[in-house]
Amino acid sequence: MDSETTMSKPEAVCPGKQDDPKVKLVQLQEHLAGDDAPEYWRSLEELAGSAEFRESMHREFPKGASEWLDDVSRRGFMKLMGASVALAGLTACTKQPTEYIVPYVRQPEELIPGRPLYFASAMTLGGYANPVLVEAHEYRPTHIEGNPDHPASLGGVNIFAQASLLDMYDPDRAQYITYLGQQRSWSAFTTEIRGLMNAQKALKGAGLRILTQTISSPTLAAQIKALLEQMPEAKWHAWEPGNRDNVYAGAQMAFGQPVETQYHFDKADVILSLDGDFLSADFPGFTRYARDFAKRRNPDGEAKMNRLYVMESGATPTGMKADHRLPVLASQVEGYARALAAALGVGVSGGSFGENGKNGENGENAKWASALVADLKAAHGAAVVVTGDHQPAAVHALVHAINGALGAVGSTITYTDPVPASPLNQTGSIYELSRDIKDGKVDALFILGGNPVFDAPSNMDFAGMFKGDRVPLRVYLGSHSNETAVLCQWHVNESHFLEAWSDARAYDGTVSVVQPLIEPLYESRSPHEMLAVLMGQAGFTGPEIVKFHWLKEKTGKVAAPGDAVPADFEATWRKSLHDGMMAGSAPAPKVLAVKTAIAASAEQVAVGADTVEVNLRRDPCVYDGRFSNNGWLQELPSPMTKLTWDNAVVMGPALAKQLGIETNDVVSIEADGRYATGAVWVQAGHSDKSVTLNFGYGRERAGRTGTGAGFNVFPLRTHDAQWTIRGAKLVKKGDTFKLATTQGQQSIETPVGTRPLAREGTLAEYKQNPKFAGEMAEAPSRDNTLYANVEYKDRSWGMAIDLGACIGCNGCVVACQSENNIAVVGKDQVLRGRYMHWIRVDTYYQGDRNNPKAMYQPVPCMQCENAPCEQVCPVGATAHSTEGLNDMVYNRCVGTRYCSNNCPYKVRRFNFLRFQDLDTPQFKLMRNPNVTVRTRGVMEKCTYCVQRINQARMESEKADTPIVDGTLKTACQQGCPADAIVFGDINDKNSRVAKLKANERNYGMLADLNTRPRTTYLAAVRNPNPELESNEQAERS
Amino acid sequence: MAQTVERVSLARENPIGPGHGLGSVTDKITDIILRRPIGLGWVLGLLTALGLLGALHLAIGYLLYRGTGIWGVNIPVGWGFAIVNFVWWIGIGHAGTLISAILCLLRQPWRNSINRFAEAMTIFAVMCAGLFPLLHTGRPWLAYWMFPLPNSMGVWPQFRSPLIWDVFAVSTYATISIVFWFVGLIPDLATLRDTAKNPVIRGLFGALAMGWTGSARHWKRYESAYLLLAGLSTPLVLSVHTVVSFDFAVGIVPGWHTTIFPPYFVAGAIYSGFAMVLVLAIPIRAAYGVSDFITEKHLDFAAKVMLATGLIVGYGYLMEFFTALYGGAQYDRFLVWNRLHGPYQLAYIGLLMTNIVIPQVLWIKKIRLQPIFLFLISCVVLVGMWLERFIIVVVSLSRDFVTSSWGSYVPTIWDWMTYAGTLGLFFTLMFLFVRVLPMINMAEMKTLVPEAEVHHA
Repeated sequence: MDSETTMSKPEAVCPGKQDDPKVKLVQLQEHLAGDDAPEYWRSLEELAGSAEFRESMHREFPKGASEWLDDVSRRGFMKLMGASVALAGLTACTKQPTEYIVPYVRQPEELIPGRPLYFASAMTLGGYANPVLVEAHEYRPTHIEGNPDHPASLGGVNIFAQASLLDMYDPDRAQYITYLGQQRSWSAFTTEIRGLMNAQKALKGAGLRILTQTISSPTLAAQIKALLEQMPEAKWHAWEPGNRDNVYAGAQMAFGQPVETQYHFDKADVILSLDGDFLSADFPGFTRYARDFAKRRNPDGEAKMNRLYVMESGATPTGMKADHRLPVLASQVEGYARALAAALGVGVSGGSFGENGKNGENGENAKWASALVADLKAAHGAAVVVTGDHQPAAVHALVHAINGALGAVGSTITYTDPVPASPLNQTGSIYELSRDIKDGKVDALFILGGNPVFDAPSNMDFAGMFKGDRVPLRVYLGSHSNETAVLCQWHVNESHFLEAWSDARAYDGTVSVVQPLIEPLYESRSPHEMLAVLMGQAGFTGPEIVKFHWLKEKTGKVAAPGDAVPADFEATWRKSLHDGMMAGSAPAPKVLAVKTAIAASAEQVAVGADTVEVNLRRDPCVYDGRFSNNGWLQELPSPMTKLTWDNAVVMGPALAKQLGIETNDVVSIEADGRYATGAVWVQAGHSDKSVTLNFGYGRERAGRTGTGAGFNVFPLRTHDAQWTIRGAKLVKKGDTFKLATTQGQQSIETPVGTRPLAREGTLAEYKQNPKFAGEMAEAPSRDNTLYANVEYKDRSWGMAIDLGACIGCNGCVVACQSENNIAVVGKDQVLRGRYMHWIRVDTYYQGDRNNPKAMYQPVPCMQCENAPCEQVCPVGATAHSTEGLNDMVYNRCVGTRYCSNNCPYKVRRFNFLRFQDLDTPQFKLMRNPNVTVRTRGVMEKCTYCVQRINQARMESEKADTPIVDGTLKTACQQGCPADAIVFGDINDKNSRVAKLKANERNYGMLADLNTRPRTTYLAAVRNPNPELESNEQAERS
Repeated sequence: MAQTVERVSLARENPIGPGHGLGSVTDKITDIILRRPIGLGWVLGLLTALGLLGALHLAIGYLLYRGTGIWGVNIPVGWGFAIVNFVWWIGIGHAGTLISAILCLLRQPWRNSINRFAEAMTIFAVMCAGLFPLLHTGRPWLAYWMFPLPNSMGVWPQFRSPLIWDVFAVSTYATISIVFWFVGLIPDLATLRDTAKNPVIRGLFGALAMGWTGSARHWKRYESAYLLLAGLSTPLVLSVHTVVSFDFAVGIVPGWHTTIFPPYFVAGAIYSGFAMVLVLAIPIRAAYGVSDFITEKHLDFAAKVMLATGLIVGYGYLMEFFTALYGGAQYDRFLVWNRLHGPYQLAYIGLLMTNIVIPQVLWIKKIRLQPIFLFLISCVVLVGMWLERFIIVVVSLSRDFVTSSWGSYVPTIWDWMTYAGTLGLFFTLMFLFVRVLPMINMAEMKTLVPEAEVHHA
C-alpha cells in the first residue's frame, strides 16, 4: 500500500462520515469476538464501537453548537438573538426524558459520599517518580499532593505532578485506537501485531525497534528485557529531549561507571552551583532538595544558615536565591570549574576565572573565586557542588572530583546506581535508531510515549523518516494525537498514570507503585499492556503485569493470568501500595574513587563579536512540550519572566541594549543554517552575550490549548549541540509580538522610593537588629481606632509565609488552581490583566539589572481584619467570619468590582466573562465538589481553603476534639515543597503559625494602611560572605 | 450700546430682548411646537442621535450576552469608562438643578429663559448616567439587590458602602428633578392645550396639564409647590456630587483617598454642567430664533460661572498635589509623579490644558459675548472634565500599592460605543424635547415682559 498518500488522509477524513451502516454488523461480530468486548453496553452502536457513537461521546454538544465558545460575530449574535426570541415559545414542546436516580444499593467499601479518599501513587517525569497522594471524590481524582511518607517528597510536590491531573481529563486526549486515522478495535490491533511478531521471531527481531522515553519502571524494563531475550536482534532505544546523557557520561569519566548523585542539602553549609538549577521544578529530586535547602535557609534554625554561591548562564530561581551570583556563559563554566578544582587541590590543570581585564585573573571574578574557595575549604565535609544536566560531561566529572576533594561524598552527597533502566546514552541511542532507519534495517518501530517527531535532534529529521515507508510499520502509544501520532500508521491511545498500573523509581531509587485511581476514561492502554501484546502475553491484565513482576522479584514465583498471590506477598504488596513506596527498595550507596585526569570538552566555536551563545533549556512550565496542552501549566507564570502561554528569546539587558532590542521585538536566530524565530524578553540577570530559549513550545498538534502557543526552538537543536550553541546570529526582524506577562512591574523601587512590600536583610543586619523588617514600615497600634476591636474568641486563622524559604516554584499556584476550581482564561485575557490565580508569586528584582537579586513573594488573600474590600461592597457579598476569614459570598455578588479596586493587595479576581468551561464533561468530573464553580460576573479570591476548614471543624465537633495544629493545611501550603507557607490557628499560642508570627522577622505587607492582615511574611535573610559583601558595598558606594 | 446700563444692575435689568409682550412670548414659543414645520437640520440631527442610540442598544445587548469582559476593565483597573462616564453625566446634570433651584431661590430672573431646557438636560443626563452603574456590574440582572427591598432572607444592602449612598443620592436626585421639571411645566402645558388646534394634541397637552385653569388659587399653590421643590432640590446640588465623590474618597486608593473631593467634585460638576448648557443653548438660540430670550447676557453669566467653578477645580488640583507632597506618604507622592510622568502623562497634560489653561480666556469679555468661541470653549471644558474623571478613576487604579499588580487600561470598541451611545440617547431626547415641549418657560418669561411689571402708585 502506498502509505505516502494514505498518511495525508487522516486529518481530512471525518470519522463520522466513512462509516457505512453495512459495516456495522461485521464490526459488531468482530468486536464481540475480540478479547476486549465490553460486558455492558448501552446500544449496538457502542458495542460496535461505531464512529458516530464515539464521536457523540467525545463531542459534548451536537455539531455546530460548540462554535459559540468562540467570539461571536455581529451576524452570529443577531442571528442568535433573533432565534432566541423566536424559539422562546417552543421550549415547552420538548418532553424531558424521565431519569431515575438511585443511591448505592451496596455501598462500596470505604466510600462515604462527600468524603474524599486518598491513594498513594507516583507521577513519572523524565523517568523519575514523583511520589504523590491523589485525592479522589467518589473515585474521581480531583487533586494531587505530595506523599508525606516518601523521602523524595516529604509532602512537597512539584507543579508538573500537580498539574498532571488536568492532563488526565484533557478532552483532547486520543480516545480510541486508530489505523491511518480511522478507528480500529484493540483486537484488530493485537491480531496485526501477532502476525508481525511471528514474522519477526524468525528474524530474531532484527527489524524490531522499541523507542521509549527514560524508563525507570522495573516492571517495564523487565518486560522489555524479556522481549529482547526472545528476540536478541531487536533493540531498545530511549530518547527524551531533556536527557541526562552528560550526567552519566561525566560519572563515567570520573568513576569509570555511570552513577546517580543524590545531594543532601540539609547537611550542606556551603553550596556552589555551577549552572545547576536545583531549585527548579524540573531538576530530578527537586521537591526533596527544595525542602532540605529551605530548612537550612532559616536564620532562626537549629543548624547554621547555609550559603549559596551560583554561577549561571541564564537567570534561574537558584541564582536569585543565591547569596553570591556570578553570571557567566554556559560554555565558560568548564574553565571556571577546572580552575576551582585546581584551587581546591584536585590534580587538574588549566582553566581560569575569566579571560582578561576587570573580570580576569586578578579582577572581580578572581576575588569572587578566592573567597568562594576559602569558604568551601572551611566547610570541608559540609560543602557541596552541583551542576546542571546541560553542562558537558567534563564539568560533571570535575564536579565529582571537587566534591571528592571537599569531603562531600558520604555526607552531602551519596552515589548510587543510575535510576533509569533505559539506555543511558540517549543521544547515541536515538542516533543509532536514525541510522538504522536510514539503512532500512527497521521493519517495525514501536514508540512508547514521547514525541520524537517534534523533539528529536533536528538533524535526524524524524518527520522526514516517518513519511513514506522507510519504516514499514510504525506504532505509537501516546495520549494525544500529536506530531508523532499522525506520522504513525497505528496510534494506540495511552493511559494516563492515574488510569493504569505501573511502577517507577524516585530520584533516590526508591520504588513506588503507580496505582490507578480510575478506570481508563477511553479504553486506553499502558506501555505494560502494549509490551504484553508484543510478547504474546495479552492474557495478563495491567495490574497483574506489575504485581506478578514483583511476585517473581520477591519470591521467585511465576504466576499465570488470574492466579492469586500468596497471602504474605499480598500483605507486603498492599503495604507498599498504601505507603506509596516499597520499603527497602532504595539502592545501596556506592563508594567510588575519582579519577583525576579529566579531559576537557572539545573546543567549540568561540563567541565572536557579532554572535551570541544560545542556551537551550527545558521550559519551566510545559517541560519539553509534553504539557503543552495543559492549561494550568500554560497559564502558569514562568518563575523568572512571569510569562504565560509563550516562550521567549530571553536575553540580558546589556545584550538587548547593544543590539537595540526591546521586549516583544521579534528576532530570528540562525545557527549553522538552522533557524528559529521568537519574541524577545529582556531578563534582568541574564548573562551577557547569550540568549536562553526554552524548548517545548511551538507545537503544531498539541490540542486546543497548546497548538500554536510559543515558538519552536527544536529546529536549532542538533544531537551534538543539545544545550549550548555557540556562534549563533541574532537578527532583529522589525515586527513585534505581544508576550503575556502577569506581573506589571518587577521591582519595588519607584521614582519616589522603595516600597516595603517584600523585605529582606543580611544575616549580619538581622543579628544586629532582629526587628529590621518590622521597622521598614510600622503598623498603627490596635488601639488607634474609633471602633471597638473585634475579639476572635474561638479560633482565628492566620498564615505566615517565609520569604527566605520561598523559591518561587509556583507549587502553591497550581495547588490552589486544582483545589479551588480556578479557571484558565487564555493568553488574550492574560494580556488584558484578567488571569484568575488566587495566589500569585511576585518576583521583585533589586540592584544591578545585569546581576540583580530577586525576592519571591507569594501573595494570597491577606484576610485583613480591617478589610477595605468589605466596607465598600454594596450588597455585603464579602464579609468577615467569626474566625477572622474574609469570606466571599458568590451568590450575593453583583459584580461592582469595588472590592477589588479598594484591595491594596489586588488579590481579588473577577469573572469578566464566562471563564469556566461548564460544558466539557471531563472537567465536570475533575472539579473539587466542595468548591463552588464561579460563574460570569462574580468576584472571587483566596478563602484560605475554607472548604477544608469547614471539613476539619465538622470533624472536630463530631469527635469533640480540637483541630490539631498541622493537620489542617491549605492547598498552597501542601503544594509548597519548601515548606514556606504555614497556616493555622493564631489563637493557639503553641501552633506553628503563632510561633512564626511571634518571630521578629514577621511583618505585615502594607500593614501601615491599618488593614491588619492575617497573612504575614517572614522577611528573607541572606547570608553573604562578609569578605565579598564589603567589596560589593564598596562598589555600590 | 447699552453696556453701561447693563453693568448697573444685571440682575434686575430685564434679561429678555426688547419689544416683547405677553402675547409675543406665547406665540414665539408655542410656535416652535405647534406650527413650525420640521426642518431638515432637526431631522438630520435626530437621525444621527438615533444612530448612536442604536449603537447603544447593540453595545448593551452584547454586554448582556457576553459580560463586562467586552470592555477594557481588568484587575487592577476594575472601573473604566463606565464610572468615568457616570460621573461625567451626573456632573453635567448639576447645572440644570443649580439654575432651576438655587438661582430661583436667589431670585435671579435671568434664569427664567434657560431653566426649562437646563432641567431637561439634567433629567436626560441623569438617565444616561444611571445606565452606567447598572451596566458596569458583572450581573446587571441582580443590580436591584442594591435597593433595600424587604425579602424573606432578611438580607439588606451593606449600608457602609458609598455605592449604596450613591443609589439613594442618584435616585432621589432623579425623582426630585423629574417632579420639579414637571410641576414647572404645568402652566405651559395648559397654554399649549389652549393654543393647539389639533384635537389630539390638545387632548394630550390637556391631560398633562392636569386641569390647570390659571386661577389665582392654582397660581398660589403652584408657587408654593415650586418654591418647596426648589428648596428640596437645592441641597441636592451639593449632596449628589458629594456622595458621588465619596465613591472615591472613602476608598484607600492613592488618588481617591482625599478629603477635598466633595467640594472639588461639586465645583467640577457645575463647571461641566454650565459648559453643557452653553453647548445646548448656543445652537438652539441660533436655530429657533430665540436669541431674544436667551440673550448674550445669559451667555455672559454662564461663562462667568464656568470661569469661577473652573478656578475652584484648579484649586482642587493644586491642593491634591500639595497634600500629597506635604503629607509625605510615598504612595501619594508617587501618584503625583505618575500623573506627571507615567503612561497617562498625555491625558494629564490634556486635562490641565482643557480644564485650567484654555478656559482662562473667559476673563476677556469679548470672548464671553462671542457665541461661537463660547461654544468651542464649552466643548473643551466638557472634554477636560471627562479627562479629569478618567485621571481619577483609571490612572489612580492602574498603579496603586503593590507594584507587581500594576496594569493599564485600554478601552475597547464597546467602551467607546457605549459612551457614544449615551450621547445618542441624550441628544435623541434633547431633539425630541425641543419640538414637543416648551423649551423656554413661558409662564416665567411672562413675568419679565414690561406688561408684567407691577406698577406701584
